[in-house]
Amino acid sequence: MEKILLKNTENADSADIDGYIKTGGYKGIPKAFKLKPSDIIEEIKKSGLRGRGGAGFPTGMKWSIAAADSKFPKYLVCNADEGEPGTFKDRHILEKNPHLLIEGMVISGFALGSEYGYIYLRGEYPHAKDILEKAIRQAYEKKFLGKGILGGKIKFHLAVYQGAGAYICGEETALIESLEGRRGHPRLKPPFPVNAGAWKMPTIVNNVETLSNVPYIIDAGAGAYSKIGSKDCPGTKLFSVSGCVEKPGVYELPMGISLREIIYTHAGGIRGGKKIKAVIPGGISTPVLPVDKIDCPMDFISIQKYGSMLGSGAVIVMDESVCMVKVAHRSMKFFEHESCGKCIPCREGTSWLEKILQRIEHGKGREDDLGLLSGIAETMLGKTFCQLGDGAACAMQSMLKHFRGEFEEHIKRKSKCQSSNAKKE
Amino acid sequence: MFTETVLKEIESIKTKYPNPRSALLPALYIAQKEFGWLSHEAMQCVAHAIDLPEAAVRGTASFYAMFKHNPMGRHLIQLCTNVSCMILGAEKLADFLKSKYGLESGGTTKDNRFSLMIMECIGSCGTGPAMLVNTDFYDNLTEKRIGEILNTYK
Ligand code: SF4
Ligand code: FES
Repeated sequence: MEKILLKNTENADSADIDGYIKTGGYKGIPKAFKLKPSDIIEEIKKSGLRGRGGAGFPTGMKWSIAAADSKFPKYLVCNADEGEPGTFKDRHILEKNPHLLIEGMVISGFALGSEYGYIYLRGEYPHAKDILEKAIRQAYEKKFLGKGILGGKIKFHLAVYQGAGAYICGEETALIESLEGRRGHPRLKPPFPVNAGAWKMPTIVNNVETLSNVPYIIDAGAGAYSKIGSKDCPGTKLFSVSGCVEKPGVYELPMGISLREIIYTHAGGIRGGKKIKAVIPGGISTPVLPVDKIDCPMDFISIQKYGSMLGSGAVIVMDESVCMVKVAHRSMKFFEHESCGKCIPCREGTSWLEKILQRIEHGKGREDDLGLLSGIAETMLGKTFCQLGDGAACAMQSMLKHFRGEFEEHIKRKSKCQSSNAKKE
Repeated sequence: MFTETVLKEIESIKTKYPNPRSALLPALYIAQKEFGWLSHEAMQCVAHAIDLPEAAVRGTASFYAMFKHNPMGRHLIQLCTNVSCMILGAEKLADFLKSKYGLESGGTTKDNRFSLMIMECIGSCGTGPAMLVNTDFYDNLTEKRIGEILNTYK
């Protein structure tokens, strides 16, 4: 399979503008500028590209709503706040292939009638910030960015905005609040950002990986793109594979590939010849899958039938030695920490889930604790202001559903969990 | 007080955004670098530079994990213990930092050399356990490796 996003990233100079141009980079811009903006949006629609941030919303549709809004200026914001635990694929693009993203943003800006782009980068990526800022400087020097791109009349300005360590800012309205210099609390929708986002203007928020697909679609055409991957979810997908595998890393594979293939054919199988126990397929806010579900095809639609979600494509593999109570507890600790506190079901719910799991793990679980856990998760579901609370609740329920026995055993045992990855007191 | 150079830098950041308030997060980063942490004085300087009430500055700053509200040691260790790193033994490393250096999350060594923050994911999950020391990434950590790495920070 031809690589789109990780093409040439093994080259030592892949992050440098000359290295990028040498391997065919920045060809998409002149090509795009010969088209009408509406034709580019049509092409993106035809390609079937879906947003890679987690929700899988069709990118072309999002674009056409924003383009149809007559307010001006419009803002193009790249969501580089990659914070879903287990995910490190955007970092790979940002550090190894920053010009691909810049090229994608210039083309997207032109299609959308936006002259200002911002890359909202997570605070934990200082290294990526340096690389990105250097790449942007180079692109300005070579006139791929600025007042007169390629010596013509088209303008596009791009700046990096550094987040400061808040997972919730990956949610697009919270991200916009943060970009405006405020606490990252999600906003009520509607209005949607495409109509009233940053500074109340139409704002298109797209993930790093999504925007990085744009140059290829323009260069090779929607037809070529939609032939890759699955029918409803075309293209390649970056999978961040971590946990108990021989060869963890970022893999670019066709959408729809099975979890089994990702783990065994690409990531080298389970470490140390151990048995696989479970997989979290899309980062810790997606439901866990037990081993009998690993033939699940990995795309936004197919995976739903298996009871999970594609999320960010962060595949976390757990072998037989991993304690699921521990995984559940650490996950809920994360959500408790990252809940922005705006709505009660999430703020209180995540905190109680964490507390109860902690006592179960420490051998102080009570008989009715499992009922309590599922009751709290049930109460949260569908009643939280944004996705964070729902994600936490779904993850909790999936753990109880597939590994109930392990939780019960912890409660019965009445002693501290001794699993190899358990915390010492 | 911010120096003239710092004030100029903040002014130039403001021009990149339709509303100068966007310069608040960048200015907090700058203040943190200048003062080492977001002291009362640091917040006042930021409030002044962005022309916001101090309460708004404090309210925003307190939301974000990367802003420090206490003085820190010379080097800040940020160790990830989230799920992928945990599976690979990160919590044992947290115990190691506690027993060998007396470091707990949010704490500082007596000689003021290191502070520790237990982090959520820092995007090195494949090669975990991972940590940042100041702005340097380290992964595939073991007790031995952490010891060696920390020796290089004086
Ligand atoms: S669900 Fe959680 S993160 Fe989202 S708004 Fe409510 S409290 Fe904040
Ligand atoms: S889970 Fe530790 S770096 Fe991602």
